[in-house]
Amino acid sequence: MFNIPKKDAITFVLFAIVVLTMPIWLAPLGASYPGLLQKFAIYALLAVGYNILFGLTGYLSFGHAAFLGVGSYAAVWSFKLLSMNPVLALVFAIFFSGLFALAIGFISLRRSGIYFSILTLAFAQMSYKLAYSVLSPITHGENGLQLTLQDPRAIDMMFIERGSSLPTSSLFGIPMNGYAGFYFCAVILLIGFFIAQKITSSPFGMMLKGIKSNEDRMNYTGFNTKPYMLTAFVISGIYAGVAGGLLSITDPLAGAERMQWTASGELVLMTILGGVGTLVGPVIGAWIIKYFENIFSAFNESVLHNFFAFLPDNFESIVVLISSKFVGEGWHLTLGLMFVLVVVFLPGGIMEGVRRISARFSNRKDPSKGEEVIDPENLPKPDLKKGE
Amino acid sequence: MDAFFLQVLNGLDKGGAYALIALGLTLVFGTLGVVNFAHGALFMIGAFCAVTFRKLITLEQVVLSKTELSPWGTPLEIRTPYAQQWFGDFGNVLIDYSVPFSLLLAIPVMLLIGISMERGLIKHFYKRPHAEQILVTFGLAIVLQEIVKTFFGANPNPQPIPQALQGAADLGVMVGLAQHTITYPIWRLVYLLFSLSVIASVFAFLRFTTFGMVVRAGMADRETVSMLGINIDKRFTIMFGIAAVVAGLAGVMYTPILPPDYTLGMDFLVLSFIVVVVGGMGSLPGAVLAGFTLGVVQSLASMTAVKDILPGIDQIIIYLVAVIILLVRPRGLLGKRGVMEN
Amino acid sequence: MVKASNNTVLHVADVHKTFGGLHALADVDLAIEEGKTHAIIGPNGAGKSTLLNVIVGKLAPTRGTVVLDGEVLTGKSPHEINQMGVARVFQTPEIFPDLSVFDNVMAPAFAKRDGSFKINIFNSLQSEKDIAQEAEEIIVDFGLEPMINTHAGALSRGHKRRLELAMCLIQKPRILLLDEPTAGMSRHDTNTTIDLLKKIKSTGMTKIIIEHDMHVVFSLADKVSVLAQGRIIAEGSPDEIRANPKVKEAYLGESSE
Repeated sequence: MFNIPKKDAITFVLFAIVVLTMPIWLAPLGASYPGLLQKFAIYALLAVGYNILFGLTGYLSFGHAAFLGVGSYAAVWSFKLLSMNPVLALVFAIFFSGLFALAIGFISLRRSGIYFSILTLAFAQMSYKLAYSVLSPITHGENGLQLTLQDPRAIDMMFIERGSSLPTSSLFGIPMNGYAGFYFCAVILLIGFFIAQKITSSPFGMMLKGIKSNEDRMNYTGFNTKPYMLTAFVISGIYAGVAGGLLSITDPLAGAERMQWTASGELVLMTILGGVGTLVGPVIGAWIIKYFENIFSAFNESVLHNFFAFLPDNFESIVVLISSKFVGEGWHLTLGLMFVLVVVFLPGGIMEGVRRISARFSNRKDPSKGEEVIDPENLPKPDLKKGE
Repeated sequence: MDAFFLQVLNGLDKGGAYALIALGLTLVFGTLGVVNFAHGALFMIGAFCAVTFRKLITLEQVVLSKTELSPWGTPLEIRTPYAQQWFGDFGNVLIDYSVPFSLLLAIPVMLLIGISMERGLIKHFYKRPHAEQILVTFGLAIVLQEIVKTFFGANPNPQPIPQALQGAADLGVMVGLAQHTITYPIWRLVYLLFSLSVIASVFAFLRFTTFGMVVRAGMADRETVSMLGINIDKRFTIMFGIAAVVAGLAGVMYTPILPPDYTLGMDFLVLSFIVVVVGGMGSLPGAVLAGFTLGVVQSLASMTAVKDILPGIDQIIIYLVAVIILLVRPRGLLGKRGVMEN
Repeated sequence: MVKASNNTVLHVADVHKTFGGLHALADVDLAIEEGKTHAIIGPNGAGKSTLLNVIVGKLAPTRGTVVLDGEVLTGKSPHEINQMGVARVFQTPEIFPDLSVFDNVMAPAFAKRDGSFKINIFNSLQSEKDIAQEAEEIIVDFGLEPMINTHAGALSRGHKRRLELAMCLIQKPRILLLDEPTAGMSRHDTNTTIDLLKKIKSTGMTKIIIEHDMHVVFSLADKVSVLAQGRIIAEGSPDEIRANPKVKEAYLGESSE
């Protein structure tokens, strides 16, 4: 089970070192505080899981935010009803997000292409709207689901007295906020990354790539693609559920806005930005977006004035005026532009860029690419109506 | 029964907006084969054409009165809109009817935005996968909405209904019912008629002009038309502009119903995509039919009688209908087989 | 219904297919014999591809059945029919353009060994030694080893066809369906393909081949059926078909053939 190709093993070790030393190397970048570190680990996990669906099979889901939300709610309910133990909360999150993904996937996967995307979008929006309205008893609507002093916490109550303040989630007595929370998330991320590596290098992963490449051929080759797709969908839904659970573990407050479709859009962006179909790419994409979201949105004009202080005064104020539109409140503008530029110029994302640069530096030809032969059949076909 | 009629009417004006946006989306998809997630943003920009127009014509000249004093003892400020100064009474009409007059601003602006969008960005994506088209236009939508936000802020900008068109019409009386059984805001009626006439003009344009005939032929079989030596791309570009205009006009006229803010586009985008899919990808009549149907269905679902039986149904009904249609009849109400299945 | 005999592997029994009001196939009855190469020829639009699509489960016949070794194929989905031993080569090669040539050949081998669905996550591709070896052998056989790690989408058209054939043959199917395997090929490539197909023929594999090129048909087929306007108008050995006046007429009617 643990036998993985040497190349993957090296990647994993390097990745583990990078993740676990984040508090150190992010310090000079001003991002080494627990709240942000936890987000890095959690959203990286989310992106790794999303890539199992979108990257390997090519099915574009706009509904993963729903699984994130379900995971968050499940974890908070586990805190409320049973125990503050984070592992139990994750089990809850896995179970419910898995179940939810199974139901939505079963229906959505009856269609492919943009119809699949719209179906997942419709389900996510339904979940979001219901979480705000009818399901308020479960989700606590706009206020969000949070812990109260009166929660039953059945298992915990057998061992400890009810305290006078809100409890925090803890494992072996170590509270899951602060750096301990980050390391907990980091370990889960590493496990998730390892599983994703296994899937990618396994025959199962190859089948998923086969579906992306030519689903019809998969059928004529004797594969029943539906269960393959459903498995991939559920696995990636569970990743999102675990990520949602971790969000609740580090901060036990679950709100419906996590389920909005723009949250799914952000996830797609992370994956695209980093590099669809690669293992490390989505992680990098998630980190970049979360980093800039935190750093850029904290910028204000005085920071900019300091930053551009070396410029002549008049010029400086113009530069500050323009650049202020892109930071702080305007951070989404930067995000949108980044999105457009990446899709236009670098559809393979950052990983593609890295590959191109390294290819330029080394004259060695990439053996996996071989010689490009221009074949008229490979050119994209203009006809959109692929019917019979 | 009266409540039922009223809800149907209420649904129709919303349906009109859905239909107009969906019509544009379908035109773009049918002609260029592009799935345009920035189409909702065009609707939003249209709405902000109305906001801008009103801001411009209500610019005021401030004169300090020499004789009168304000309650604070300072000279009274007399504000007169420049429009009034320059055009006299017509200026006042202009201000009162700012929303309908904005249409005149919106047409060239939307045409320009539409065409530059197509030439600048969309044309590079004709032959890329649909997923990439969705992503790039989604990014563009974010950019457009953020730009609007920088200029107009995050708050909604309410627009007034012209005085003559305020209030409600008693439709019940017209069909012989007692007074006040079916009253309906006049502006919504105007919106309904407006959307119907825009839809009619688009169809007439496609049906009766040579330009429209070429475009329709191109939608059916692009390659053959190109082989006839007709420059189909240029016409398709213009169609993109027209689609943008249609979305923009829909946005302008909708401002008195829903005060626009920068997120308006995204809200309508998701819904109008659902409308397009329900109507059938690439079918213009389908888009119109589905637009009105979903508007009415949504409106009916928010009746208390319905909500009592199925709580929350008004929130999700459109999505639910979309899911059912996609599963039972994946090509939508009027769509052709096999479009975009892959 | 009368023609099925003892050594019939695949029996297309009385198959009808209509599209709207159009009869694409009418009363088609074919008995494919074990180990034989059965060619189906006919002018454009005669229903040849429709027939293949019915056999592999892409299209459901309006009436009639297809039976393989006593088991009814009609109503089954393409992957089930493949699992029962029917493999198909398409007119334009259907391969996995984003996967390497090696993976392209491995995938069908997995389908053969593991069935239509198996969550095989714990093994890596490298640890699947048997399948890797099998794939390598067939790649060498087909002369594709110089490009074993190339993305299949980057291959030339001729190599793609060869790859697709290899993908079908690694499954050792009961029946191999070939849809115009030499369409658009140069004379030289056509001859290479004929040699390749002859080699396969010597293994005793049953084949159905659709072809325009009479040269290919007469050098490979044991039996020829002629399809015109959805009906079988003649059947027999290549020599009989060559002499058949009805066939001449059908082809002369479409002088471009």
